[in-house]
Order: sequence, then structure tokens, then C-alpha cells
Amino acid sequence: MTILFMLIGISLLMALGFLIAFVWSVKSGQMEDDYTPSVRILFEDKPHIKPDKSQSE
Amino acid sequence: MKVLEKNIQTACFHCGDNINGKALLFNQKSFCCVGCQGVYNLLSQHNLCDYYSLESSPGLSQKNPVSKVKFSYLEEEEIQKQLIQYRNEHTSRISFYMPTMHCSSCIWLLESLYKIEPGIIHSRADFLKKQVSISFNHGILSLRQLVELLSSLGYEPSLSMHDLSKKKEQYTNRRLLYQMGVAGFAFGNIMLISFPEYFGLDSFSRQSFSRLFGYLNLVLAIPVFLYASQDYFISAYKSIKRGIINIDFPLALGILVMFFRSSYEVISQTGIGFFDTLSGLVFFLLLGKWVQQRTIDTLSFERDYTSYFPVAVSVLTGDFERTVPVTQLKIGDRILIRNNEIIPADAILLKGTAQIDFSFVTGENNLISKVFGEVIYAGGRQVGGSLELEVSKSVSQSYLTQLWNSDHFSKQTESKIQSFQTIVSKYFTITLLILALGSALFWLWFDPSKSMAAFTSVLIIACPCALALSSPFALGNAMRMLGRAKFYLKSPGVIEKMAKINHLVFDKTGTLTQTSIAQINFEGAILSKNESQKIAALCQHSVHPLSKQILHFLGSSNSSRLLVDDFAEVPGKGLMGKIQGVLIFIGSASFVGVNLPSKTNGLNTHVFVKIGENFLGKFIFANTYRANLSEVLNGLSVRHKLSLLSGDNDSERLRLAALFPLDAQMLFEMSPADKMMYIHQLKENGERVCMIGDGLNDAGALKVADIGISVSEDTAHFSPSSDVIMDARSFEKLSRIFQYAKNTLSVIYASFAISLLYNLVGLSFAVQGKLSPIIAAVLMPISSISVILFTTLATYLLARKNKLFNNLI
Repeated sequence: MTILFMLIGISLLMALGFLIAFVWSVKSGQMEDDYTPSVRILFEDKPHIKPDKSQSE
Repeated sequence: MKVLEKNIQTACFHCGDNINGKALLFNQKSFCCVGCQGVYNLLSQHNLCDYYSLESSPGLSQKNPVSKVKFSYLEEEEIQKQLIQYRNEHTSRISFYMPTMHCSSCIWLLESLYKIEPGIIHSRADFLKKQVSISFNHGILSLRQLVELLSSLGYEPSLSMHDLSKKKEQYTNRRLLYQMGVAGFAFGNIMLISFPEYFGLDSFSRQSFSRLFGYLNLVLAIPVFLYASQDYFISAYKSIKRGIINIDFPLALGILVMFFRSSYEVISQTGIGFFDTLSGLVFFLLLGKWVQQRTIDTLSFERDYTSYFPVAVSVLTGDFERTVPVTQLKIGDRILIRNNEIIPADAILLKGTAQIDFSFVTGENNLISKVFGEVIYAGGRQVGGSLELEVSKSVSQSYLTQLWNSDHFSKQTESKIQSFQTIVSKYFTITLLILALGSALFWLWFDPSKSMAAFTSVLIIACPCALALSSPFALGNAMRMLGRAKFYLKSPGVIEKMAKINHLVFDKTGTLTQTSIAQINFEGAILSKNESQKIAALCQHSVHPLSKQILHFLGSSNSSRLLVDDFAEVPGKGLMGKIQGVLIFIGSASFVGVNLPSKTNGLNTHVFVKIGENFLGKFIFANTYRANLSEVLNGLSVRHKLSLLSGDNDSERLRLAALFPLDAQMLFEMSPADKMMYIHQLKENGERVCMIGDGLNDAGALKVADIGISVSEDTAHFSPSSDVIMDARSFEKLSRIFQYAKNTLSVIYASFAISLLYNLVGLSFAVQGKLSPIIAAVLMPISSISVILFTTLATYLLARKNKLFNNLI
């Protein structure tokens, strides 16, 4: 049963990791805007093509 | 299919506006004007045509291009310093408010700016706040160039005097989020560790486990006690110092008792304590606080005249023109106001023909003409040519702005309406203390060993968690429901006040009347096709709002390409021009040369038409009252007294009297200060007043009233500081909205009853000194969650019942 000591220790450390991740996410401003990122993720990054001159004539 | 084809033919590819007359064809796409085509050209050159594939016709009309000189003030070092948030040797960072941002294409384009202009390093949009933060290399690109680029794309940043005094950026309450994180972390882990205890597994687990768990819980609970719940202690302490008992007092007492009793139990090894209940309680409380603090980011409720006035104005010294920040404007300065600029201070007209649009101030849509020597009040917008004015009052002392200096305004006029929670928590706390002391004394008499346990148990179990949650959740959810009805509250607490309002005061122009759509009628001879086309052709040459409305009235079938010779627009009078050799006049009676007694009443505007020597008739513009106005007023008059305050003369008194109930007060020719004093007077008489207005001239009344509701045709645009911003289209829902506020209050009462029921069950254990941690650990989350569920569901169903919105979800 002494394995429990270790398991509890590990589980607490993991939970602490999540807490730290949460604090980091707040600190980096992820909670400021909860709408725009949901739109931004759908934009496609096109491979950069040289603007086609003939098309813009 | 036909409809589709027609749309493609007539809608501008860039802005989606209907194309009147001939379309500009470019790249097999049709555009309404050179401006739109220019933007398309710019975007296509930079390979940014995705802009058009994300949304169809996402662009903004370029028919009214921004004048070149408009942003010249951005060259001033002084102004730049105040606008730019951060600057080092190479880069500057600035954040703009952009009211025109409206779709995902906008986000995409604004974040792709670096592809158009190499001087832009990075840009990031916040859609809800309609803000864009841009970093740019100021060596390559000046601030003025940046703003001009944005404007040329149709995204003109809104820069106002308010931006000059910008404080540090407002962040969401991060501290509360951290506290919630800590409490949630502790709550989950303590629950997990306490599980063996719940299932009575302690006989299997050895003594060492029980001890370990106890100490672990204690360690986990310390940050909850010291950090996450500290606001409750501070608030309780402050309120006691002021001699008031608020809801935080029993909460803080419960948390305190819970922590020390549990610590004692763990250290003395007499039990496992209430740490699970403690952390759960704090977590739920913070959750409630968070719900209550969530506000509508997209709207600004604290706008005053500074968010409306320009940043800078052109001052003339001799023939020399320089740009001066509005804040530094002095009496006696000669200022130059161009087309579409706002007059920042009361000033005397020296040169030019003034036609002032006061719609922001009064809600009145018609232009007002002023002649040489007249005083023009601040807040008006010049339409037409440039003006030269002499400043006669400083910006903050003007007729309009002095409202903000008045005593009633600066003094935070605390509303006398107390929230239910405030009222009830006083009695609740007193009862609780009596009960706790009573059971302690009782056990002291019969079995002193149980006395301390009973005393602390009562304080723990009766900790009014569910009570503290019922108001935030009911009001927070009701606020969201009202938001869907386009009725935006500054804070959830406004609903409770709304339920207790007994006197509603309306402004007339812009509030009861509709500013945007005037009803137009033509009175006189029946216009032939040819005549209509001639009138339309003449009106096409004018930018005056009335001309545009006549065009709209005549419809696109009459849009014509007739040539107009000798066109002239006399400001404040009318239009004239020659079509096919015939002289046409459109304008006021005197201008057209009709001898008619000018029987204009307050709401109607007349425009006369003469072709050649034939007087054809007149267009009548009647400002219309809002749809269903009489129903709304009837609905409201059942439970409320009604009043009307108008800045106009009393020509509409009879029409209004038919709409308002008999006992309603109607006052006309009220100045902004009169309106404010009237509300103040009502409040002195013990009435609970709600002001419903729209313009800056109502700002004082809106502020002084218990609740100020500002009606806005477009919520993204300016509205004066108030508690509620209401979309004008929701006006017909007003009486149902007030009914809903009353219903929400009943929900709070009911959820209070539910939480009391749980308290009674818990107390029956506690007074006997038999409260075990597991009962507390079960009761606390169940009572909290059931209150949250009940309030959320009830407020939603009531919103449906009151038909606040139609669609499901």
C-alpha cells in the first residue's frame, strides 16, 4: 500500500502542473479575448505566391 | 436564379451596396465607385483576395472618402505621445478602436496588414472589443500614414479626445481568475483525497494514511484560506467598520470557523475536518462573483463628451494654420472647422455658412443653419463648407459640457434602491448568530463537551453559500437573456433596480421618434416620370441628408443620367440647376419663391419643388413615432407613472397626449440642465426614476436617474453614459423587459427559499452537535448546484415566456 504515497505525490504534482499552466494562460492574456481566436483558427495560410500581374490588370 | 443574377449585377463586389446607375467594371467584377474598386485593386495586388472569399461583399463603402487633411494632426509630436502606448527606437505600438469592424473578413484583413505595408510589423484584432493593436516601424511608416492606410481600406480608427487621457489598458479581473484557479485546484484535490473518508474506508486504510490525508488537506487549504478567500475577509471587515452587515460577513465567519476547526481536528487527530466543504464553498462563491462581474465587453457604458469630441482642431493665427489638441484650446482662439468636423467648444461664427447637424446632442436629424455672429454650441457637426469660428467658452465650460461639471454629476449619486441580498443578509446574519450562540449555551448547560462543536457546526452549515449564489446567477443569466433582446446592461445589478422603478421619464426626439426613417410624402400635383427624373437628377448632386432621402423616396426606377447645368447648392436654402434648359428649384419656401405661410410644426420639414415656372408641390418629411408606441406606453403605464421631457416646443403636445396616459406629465422646452433637475426633484420626492433618452443633452438626466437607459440606433456608435444601452429596435419590447425584471426578482426570492430549506436541514444536524464532515460535504455542493440550475433555467424560461427573443437555443 505504500505505493499510494508515491501515486498521491505524482497526482498532486500533475494537478499542480495544470494549475501552473492555468496561471500562465491567464498571465499571457488568453482570457482577455475569448472570441477572436475561434475565428482566427479557421483562416488558411496560403503558400506565398508572387502577385499575378496579369490578373490585376 | 434570376434573382441571383440580378444581385450579381447590381451589388458592389466590394461593399455590397446596390449600384445606382452605371457600374464600374474591373476584372469582371462590378463596383459602385472608384473608392471600392481602388481597395479591391490594392488587395488583389497584394494577393489578399481571400478577403472576399471569407464573406461576400465584406468591404465598407468608399463613396465618401476621408479628406486628406483630416489626420494632419497626427504629425504633432505632443498628440502622438499621448496616443502611442509604447515606443522604442524602432517600433511603436498603438491600439485603435474600430467601430467598422464587423465580420471575420475584417479580422483577417486587419491581421494581414503587414502584407500590404512593410512598415507594419504585427497587428492583432480583438473582435468583441473592436480593437486592433498594431506594432509598426515608425522609421518607415508615420502614425499619420498608418491611420490614412487604415482609413483608405475603410477601417477608420475612431480617435477622440477621450483617447488622449487614456489610462493603462483595462484588463479583465485577472486576480479573480487566479483565485478561482487556486480554489478549484484545492477543491478537486481535497475531494479526491477525502474520498476514502466519504465511503468509510478508513478501517481499511491504515492510521498513517488518515494522518497523511489530513495534513495534505490542511496544506492544500492554506492557499484557499489565505489567498482565494481574502476578499471576503476584507469586505466583511470594511462593512463592519461602516456599521453594516453584508452577505460577506457570515461567509467570512463561516470560512474562518471552518478553517480553524478543521485545522484543530487534523492536528489533534480527532477528525478529518471540513476542508473539502471549505474549498468547495470558496470555489463556488468565486464562480458566482465571476458570473456577476462578466459584463458586455463590446459596449462602453462610461462614455462622456470626451469620447465624442475630436483629438485636435485647426487653430488660425493670422493666415497660419496649426493643429492644437482640443484640451489646449483657449477662449479667443480662431478655429477652422471643415466639412464633417465637430465643433469642440461654444464658438461664434465668423466666416462661412454653418449648417450644423446636432443629431448626437439632441437626436434631431435636421440640419440647423446659423448665420454670422451667432453662437454655435459645442457638439454640432458641420455639414458643407469650412467655417471660421472664435472660441467663446473653453471646452469644459461649454453649454453642453458643463453638465459634467455640475455637482449632481460629479457626486456619485448612490441609488436608494437596495438589493434584496443586502436587505436579507442583515436579518440572516443576526438570526444565524443568535442560533449559534443559543445552541452553544444550550449544550454548555447539558453537555459542555459538545458546546464548541455545536457552535462551530451552526456557523459552518449555515454559511449562506447558496444564498450568495442565487443573486449573481439569476441576475447574470437574466442579463445575458436581455442582451439577446438587444437590451444591454452595464451590470447585472441593474435588473433588480429595474424591477423597483415606479416612474419612467422619456425624452421625445430620437427616443419616441425614429431619427433614421422619416416618412416622406409628396403633396401637390402628381409627378410625371419625367419630372421625377429631373428632381432625382438634381438631388444626386447634393450631399444634404434631405436630398438623399428624396432620392430614396423616388426610388431607383427614377434614377437618371440627365445632365444638370449651372448646378448650385445654397446652404440652408436649397438646390437649383438647369435640366434641358429648364430651371429647377428644390428647397425652402422662400428659396423656391412660393408665398406660403410657413406652418411648420416641430416634427415636419417641408421641401418645395418648382420646375420652370410651375410650382409642383412639396415633400413633407414627418418624423415618425416608433412602431407600437402606444402599446408600449399602455403596457408600461399599468405599473409606472410616465413623464415626457422634450427640448422642443410643444407643437406635438396633442399627438403625444393621445399616446400617453391622462396623468402623465409633459414638459417642453427643457434644457439639458432642466431635465437633470426634474429627475433630481422626482428622486427627492421618493420616486424611483428611470430615464430613457438618447442624445448628449439627456446625459445629465440619464446619470442622475436611478436607471438611465440610452436608446441607440446603432449600438456601436456613440451613446451617452448610462446603465443600459438599448437597441432602438427593441423599443417595442420595453414593457415586457420591465415585466421580465420583476419576474427575475421573483426567481431570486424562490431560490432564496430553496437555499433556506437546505440550511434548515443542515441546521437540524448542527444544533444537535451531530454535524459530520460528510453531511457538510454533500449538502454544500448540492445546495449550490441546485440553486445555480434553478436560477439559470427559470430566468431562461421566463425570458421565453415574455417573448424577449424568438429563436430557440
